Amino acid sequence: MRSFEYARPETEGEALELLSEHGGNTAVLAGGTDLMNLLKRDVIQPDRVVDIKNVSSWRGIKRHEDGVLIGANVTLDEINEHAISADYRSLIDVIDGIRAIQITAHGTVAGDLCQLPHCWYFRNGYGLLAMKDGESLVATGDNRYHAILGNSGPAKFVSASRFAPPAIAWDAKVRIVTRRPANVEHVSNVLPANAKKTEHVENVLHEEWLPLEYFFLTPKTNGQGVTVLKPGQVITHLWLPAASDTRSATYEVLELNGLDQPQASAACCLGLDGGIVRHAKIVLGHVAPTPWIAHEAAKWLVGQQLTSDIAETAGRMAVSKATPLSHNDYKVQMAQTAVKRALLKATNQLGEVL
Amino acid sequence: MRDLRDETIPQNGSGVNRRDFLRGSGAAVAVTALATSEQGAVAQDAKKSVRTAEPQDITLNVNGKDHKVKVENRVTLLDTLRDDLNLTGCKDVCDTTNCGACTVLIDGKVTYACTRLAVECVGKKVVTVESLAANDPVVAGFVKHDALQCGFCTPGFVMATKAFCDKNPGATLDQVRKGLGGNICRCGTYVGITACAMELVKKGGK
Amino acid sequence: MATEVKVAWGPRKDNKFIGKDVPRLDGAEKATGAAKYSADVNPKGCLYAKLLTFKGGHGKVKSLDLSAALKVPGVKAVHAFVKVGDEVSWDGAMIAAVAAERQEQAEDGVRAIVFAFDAMEHFVDEDDLAGATKLHDLRTSELQKTFPDDIQKLLAKKKDDLTDDEKKKLDPFQKQLDGVSRIKPLGDNTQGDIAAALKSAAVVHKGYYGIATISHMCLEPHGSCCEMDGGNKLTANLSTQNVSGTAGQFAAPLGLDAADVTVLCNYIGGGFGSKFAAGDWGVAAAKMAKETGRPVRLMLDRATELKIAGTRPSGFADITIAADKDGKIVAWDSHHWGSSGEMKGGTIALNQFPYVFDFENRNRKATGLMTNSGPNQAWRAPPHPQLCALTDTAIDDIAAKLGKSAVDVFLANIDRTPEKLQRTYVAEIKRAAELIGWAKKWHPHGKGKDGPVKHGLGMAIHKWGGGAGKGTCRLKVHPDGTVESFSGTQDLGTGTRTAIAMVIAETLGLQLSDIKVRIGSSAYPASGGSGGSTTIGGVAGPNRRAACEVLGKVFDLVAEKHKVDAATLAAKDSKIWSNGKEVCSWKQACSLVGNMALEVQGEGPKNDGLTTVDVGGCQMADVAVDTETGIVRINQFVAIQDCGLVVDHMTAKSQVYGSMIMGIAYALSEEQILDNKTGRYINADLENYKLPRIGDIGELIVEMYQPDSEYERGIVGLGEPPVISCGAAISNAVANAIGVRVPTIPLTPKRVLDALKAAKA
Repeated sequence: MRSFEYARPETEGEALELLSEHGGNTAVLAGGTDLMNLLKRDVIQPDRVVDIKNVSSWRGIKRHEDGVLIGANVTLDEINEHAISADYRSLIDVIDGIRAIQITAHGTVAGDLCQLPHCWYFRNGYGLLAMKDGESLVATGDNRYHAILGNSGPAKFVSASRFAPPAIAWDAKVRIVTRRPANVEHVSNVLPANAKKTEHVENVLHEEWLPLEYFFLTPKTNGQGVTVLKPGQVITHLWLPAASDTRSATYEVLELNGLDQPQASAACCLGLDGGIVRHAKIVLGHVAPTPWIAHEAAKWLVGQQLTSDIAETAGRMAVSKATPLSHNDYKVQMAQTAVKRALLKATNQLGEVL
Repeated sequence: MRDLRDETIPQNGSGVNRRDFLRGSGAAVAVTALATSEQGAVAQDAKKSVRTAEPQDITLNVNGKDHKVKVENRVTLLDTLRDDLNLTGCKDVCDTTNCGACTVLIDGKVTYACTRLAVECVGKKVVTVESLAANDPVVAGFVKHDALQCGFCTPGFVMATKAFCDKNPGATLDQVRKGLGGNICRCGTYVGITACAMELVKKGGK
Repeated sequence: MATEVKVAWGPRKDNKFIGKDVPRLDGAEKATGAAKYSADVNPKGCLYAKLLTFKGGHGKVKSLDLSAALKVPGVKAVHAFVKVGDEVSWDGAMIAAVAAERQEQAEDGVRAIVFAFDAMEHFVDEDDLAGATKLHDLRTSELQKTFPDDIQKLLAKKKDDLTDDEKKKLDPFQKQLDGVSRIKPLGDNTQGDIAAALKSAAVVHKGYYGIATISHMCLEPHGSCCEMDGGNKLTANLSTQNVSGTAGQFAAPLGLDAADVTVLCNYIGGGFGSKFAAGDWGVAAAKMAKETGRPVRLMLDRATELKIAGTRPSGFADITIAADKDGKIVAWDSHHWGSSGEMKGGTIALNQFPYVFDFENRNRKATGLMTNSGPNQAWRAPPHPQLCALTDTAIDDIAAKLGKSAVDVFLANIDRTPEKLQRTYVAEIKRAAELIGWAKKWHPHGKGKDGPVKHGLGMAIHKWGGGAGKGTCRLKVHPDGTVESFSGTQDLGTGTRTAIAMVIAETLGLQLSDIKVRIGSSAYPASGGSGGSTTIGGVAGPNRRAACEVLGKVFDLVAEKHKVDAATLAAKDSKIWSNGKEVCSWKQACSLVGNMALEVQGEGPKNDGLTTVDVGGCQMADVAVDTETGIVRINQFVAIQDCGLVVDHMTAKSQVYGSMIMGIAYALSEEQILDNKTGRYINADLENYKLPRIGDIGELIVEMYQPDSEYERGIVGLGEPPVISCGAAISNAVANAIGVRVPTIPLTPKRVLDALKAAKA
């Protein structure tokens, strides 16, 4: 690891000020699972690491009439052990799939949403887009774990977030704050090599609530990040709309029955009326540079009785536009299966699977 | 509130139209006003809390004892325990938050010591495998069930097993297997570890 | 002349320790973190070293300047492994090391090194025989064209026709050609009449099979903490499975006398065959320690450990196999290839293929590929796991083609296995089938129940030599009755300390706590490296012999003092008995030795029946395959293993469990992935180098095959055989479940789905 400053703020204002300095070339430390990895592999080189765990207003789970507010410091265990876990099963499915008590004890949903891609070219120092002499290493290299959707541009990695698919399916929003109006181009606060040094303009808090589905970006250049977060910006809270009687599930294809990255996943939220689908949202994970919303399949489901055959067809529709790379055709089958199984799981119809 | 929509065009077309988006956002903002009442309090002295990159003295409480060490911010808890405090029970194996060989407890919560900076642990109580005696039920259970071979993953597994069993008395076999999935053994001692953990959770965790 | 105590193992029923379940004596030390491994040795003033490694597939060093590293705060020494102009031929190759006061300062030093290389052509696909051949032809013909005419003419001549002078002349050019070569023919040989056998066979099956390269991936990386005592004495705390055999490897490059080098290894965090040498990294640590006068610890980082500290070679094969209607195999025709790394062009030995079986009509051929991949090291039973994975899968496929159960076909061909193992195999196969419920569960390939999850059964058999390694020990009986055993052996996870204490306690009629076992130092009597499943035999023999000898001496003293016939004496329950009557306590007996301890030396191996060689073994797997995700899970996995006399039944079973779990790892998930594009070992981290977790092993059922005839054979050793059959047994179970052979091990979800799709097309 290279050296960096360290700060442990206690208020939001203090945290934001600390994050905005150094031109925003700062990194947020919560659970540390991904950040420490990135620092050790020298993938990012922040001037300052801001440990947000002591920011008290970013802690806690608060229920409201129309939804639930989850602070960025809330650990996965806290969510799992909270009464809301009965309502948001698709999030609990992911926690259940992590299978490492060391991570669920400290990891946070916000941290997961901000994970950088696990693409092995990226993590081995070839840059986010893994371009060499104008050519994509991924396109003709070992792309077995790479994208099968949304991969026509230079970005061929897959979004690493495990919670984004279920959270997007829930129409979650994230609260993004910064100490100043962030009007620079899209640059990531964790890719300092490309971060623009911006003058400190105004010392005011700027907040926005963003539907999570707009949070993720597919970069066109190495300098662009994988989310809308700009230097100095941070997610402070996650908002989940009231669950009412919406059913949800996430199905992750995990090679190991232990700590592992999913090779494909799908999450769904369903509104059912006498077995007939009235509302559906399906989001796939680990198949594209961003979480991937299967709009057509979800729309098609509305009005149908959700049977195994219908779920199968929805799965097929969700991957119908897949454009697998040279070594990852198999992921199409996996993603299709994940969609089918998420739908069946949400409606308690999933039989024996591994 | 600024509309970020133009900058965040969903990659595969969105089902949300602009009106929905604004309505949704408005509702959520109302909620935050309740939730983040502290936000107005602007820090006067953020600078004061910044530790420069230089090595500095810190005090770590490990196994109930205070230790003074001089480290840079970038030094992990794992390296400090091993190199500065000579508490080498927690091992440096994967260094990428995958294997669990460096498992310790921080304020009672089970942690990979490689995901923690030493400076992060100031003011917290760190407990390492060295705090356990030979007759500790987890240690004794590992020996009884021969849940170890070369022994390099063992201290991490002991700490993970201790944390899991203390928290999950009465756990099922499936829960044990999931709970301990954050550790790797290369010699293949999982059969003994499972037997040990099952015996402990049956006894109520201790 | 001392009284002779019978060395041969006593009657099985009389044993108090041998063959019983004894928890390992150093268990608590390991479990509480008290055990100090080489990586934990942290002397005062220790410097920590980090490596700069090559990040590419193949290149030539263009520049290397370490001077900037020396200016980094905290840095005390640097070491270069290569010089400008050198070729570096695989990812992870060591370029330089930096030792500093702190680890992070050493990392700063590594970053300050100026290093550049010119990229050269790399070839890393170990399975791509056609690609390697094409590249070989292209590059060698290109190069040949640049040679003088007379050389080209000589090259065109047959090798046997060349005179010695011509050979000499050709030599430098041949070396150049070898340098760009990518394949190496490794011979072929035939017995019987393949063509006729194929013609008359009831079924013929042609198949392609493969098993990927894996890394040893020891949890404790390779490395050492080296400290000089004055200018000419070195203590190397080396993570090694060869305590008594590595001192010289430090001495020569450092210009020291081997007698002035002490290698210490009290605990070792895994070796699996890869830790026999000091290694260039070990020598570098010692040199920097010598230069600075400070202890230097250099342990490989995880990525480097995976890349260069040891791999098991790959193997791929095209096999034609034929059988008659009863399942008797009548013909075998194979061509196998693979890479042994380091551009050496080796592969699995030709003459061991097919494995365990040899068939009347058999043809075989081998080709080595020269790939830009890191060094191989012996990996647990080399190269049997690969041989088994390529042989027993083909046998399973011919059984499937006949619609027969694999058990029946293996049994039908047992007469083609080594004669002395045949009876053991039959017994083991029958017992394994019983335990897994073969008769009840088995169905023909692909004919299981409906639904996305398919269940299947598979089996394989193996053999191994084992035996006793060379070894000596020194046994001391102190006047207070305590017994000390010294030997330069090591505990690789085998339970060496426990086995030694058990053998001595059994022989002298004492408690385990009476025996102090000292191992892990090259200053102790030399004992062999832990390889080939020879450790337990290697230490048990000498310690038994020494204990018998020392007991004879104690008997003599007792006989004289108590006026009894020494020949009537026996040691049991910490007492000395004469014809069933207590004479005195062990302590009283030992007080007779005087002030100085009684000391004897034990040696081995000897041909006295304490140890022997050769084991078989059978494994059967019951798996579930999710045909929609490609995921394979183990339901049950049975191992029946013979190993002669079992010393510690508990640690012996642990060895088998451990082997099976390592087997599940290489059968299902772990592999070295070399990326063609960059030439790099692209998954050299524990996220992408996938090892099974505690939830991935299903139910393991281990039974030691232990009729009295096994006990009477003596000790054979066990660390390796049970790891051999796992790949084939699991692959066969998957094929049985889904009705399709997934050709290459590990059977990752990708490979399973790809195979299912290919079968459909």
